[in-house]
Amino acid sequence: MEMPQSARPSAAAPEEAPPSASRKWLKKLFLQRHLQIMALLGVAWMIVFNYVPMYGIIIAFKEFNIVKSIASAPWVGFEHFKAFFEDDNFVNVMRNTLGISLIKLVIGFPLPILFALFLNELRSVRFKKAVQTISYLPHFLSWVILGGILTTWLADVGIINDILMALHLIQEPISYLAEPKYFWGIIIASDIWKELGWSAIIYLAAISSVSPDMYEAATIDGAGRFQKMWYITLPSIKATISILFILAVSGVLNSNFDQILVLRNTLNESASNVIDIYVYQTGMLSGRYSYSTAIGLFKSVIALILLLLANRVTKKLNNTSLF
Amino acid sequence: MLTLKRKTKGEAFFDLINTMGMLIICFITLYPIWYVIVNSLNEGMDGMRGGIYWWPRVFSFENYTAVVKSPGIMLAMGITVAKTLLGTLLHVLFTAMVAYAFSRRDLIGGKIYILIGTITMFFGGGLIPTYLLMKDLHLLDNFLIYIIPAMFSFFDLIIFMTFFRDIPDGLEEAAKIDGANDWAIFLRVVLPVSMPVVATIALFHGVYQWNDYFTGVIYLNNMDLQPIQTYLYRVVAQSSSNQMVAAIPGGISKTVTSQSIKLATMVVTTLPIVFVYPFLQRYFVKGMMIGSIKG
Repeated sequence: MEMPQSARPSAAAPEEAPPSASRKWLKKLFLQRHLQIMALLGVAWMIVFNYVPMYGIIIAFKEFNIVKSIASAPWVGFEHFKAFFEDDNFVNVMRNTLGISLIKLVIGFPLPILFALFLNELRSVRFKKAVQTISYLPHFLSWVILGGILTTWLADVGIINDILMALHLIQEPISYLAEPKYFWGIIIASDIWKELGWSAIIYLAAISSVSPDMYEAATIDGAGRFQKMWYITLPSIKATISILFILAVSGVLNSNFDQILVLRNTLNESASNVIDIYVYQTGMLSGRYSYSTAIGLFKSVIALILLLLANRVTKKLNNTSLF
Repeated sequence: MLTLKRKTKGEAFFDLINTMGMLIICFITLYPIWYVIVNSLNEGMDGMRGGIYWWPRVFSFENYTAVVKSPGIMLAMGITVAKTLLGTLLHVLFTAMVAYAFSRRDLIGGKIYILIGTITMFFGGGLIPTYLLMKDLHLLDNFLIYIIPAMFSFFDLIIFMTFFRDIPDGLEEAAKIDGANDWAIFLRVVLPVSMPVVATIALFHGVYQWNDYFTGVIYLNNMDLQPIQTYLYRVVAQSSSNQMVAAIPGGISKTVTSQSIKLATMVVTTLPIVFVYPFLQRYFVKGMMIGSIKG
């Protein structure tokens, strides 16, 4: 009997008893029905494209093949994980993944910070803007294009061999991509070339929010350029550095898949086979779906643990954290 | 007397070294691209001898003529253009729409929805489970594989949401009093005042769509649907230069080689990005900052 009344806006009848909580809730829901449709479309997308694949991870514990459904495949427990640890490629894959990532962390992580610090010291605003614009450019090139550039540069008649032979450092042209010992260097150098400017953006943004008063005060106290960098700029962007460091550490098992897939070949395999490539190879090329998924899950779990650890350590050290 | 000058000798020396260092970095950044451009403008047969560093030795447009006349390359370019335009439009509209709903603090269930999204940033299904899903959805060998799975990103949603929450409530209230519903408010009020963030996300996603080659590698058997980046991947990584020679149509001068046509294709593929991004730069720097503060 009350239904039709309370379904209408009841502001005109203040003497009425206040509607029950659930009625209020239903009315609010009705008023935001359009918003709810928008939100639920997004949630539905996430359930299909994020959560259904997460459910699919259970094939790591099953013996799945393409003619069976995920649900009907028989359980095998941790068989695939055991097989991976005993795999002949396990040691090599881990060595390549961690080796490349750690060198990237040691060299590739500080370089953008240095670049941002020195860029910030340029006096001409216009020159600074120009350098920035140019340094962002490689970020927007795909790894396929960069792979094409690299194979051209490193070819037998490529510019690298030309230079080294002109300097008499080598007598014969070297096929760099055919030899495992050069692979890590190529990967790391090309990654720095591509991302140096782009990675510096966040630091530049952080630096730009440092108060100019601090620099002025330091100048009056007679501080030089390097002292100002060390005692003012660096401490001011410490929080930004910490957060990016957490993310970098948690990503050590993440190789740059797009990059390595372009540059690897059967000749440099012993240096280029990283976890992500091995997942692709065993899964897509050899069709060992369950095995490949188990390796991928192993990687995700380690990455999550590393993220939590790195987060805790930086929180203890300087009170900044991701969450 | 010298100390009266604002710049001391040490300072001037620092500035000189710093400026030179920056110029060297710019050179190292630009030269590899220049090298590809001049080599692509050199006659292919002559280029095989190498040694072209600054300017074409035997100038020729034939490599580009060969690219334009190759049906395979042109089709792949068309696929790339189509997927970039359609993919970016849908990604921006759909992600912004969901972000608008999520940005409203009075949204019932909003906290749970955001939690559902946050989990996706830290954990995912991985390669094979995702592949199996695409197969079940009949997206293999289907143009929509480029569009639908890329339609939404929770990371981009956060950037949108951060921006939307800063829009003064008055704007939306005024539209509501005029009788607009939430769809109209989103499309006619919220989106138009959010152009900086829309431009940022459109640029990021546009570049992703333009550059992505792996989707084409993994989900396609039908070569007619491959974008130019996948096409180039097969040429570069699998060094199947024979494929490129096969792509050279008859009637083109014999001086075009698989290497020279590859370089020309790379230049054609890269130019649109090089021309577009400097104009959007002021937007994406801002967008990166929003993303980094919240992300």
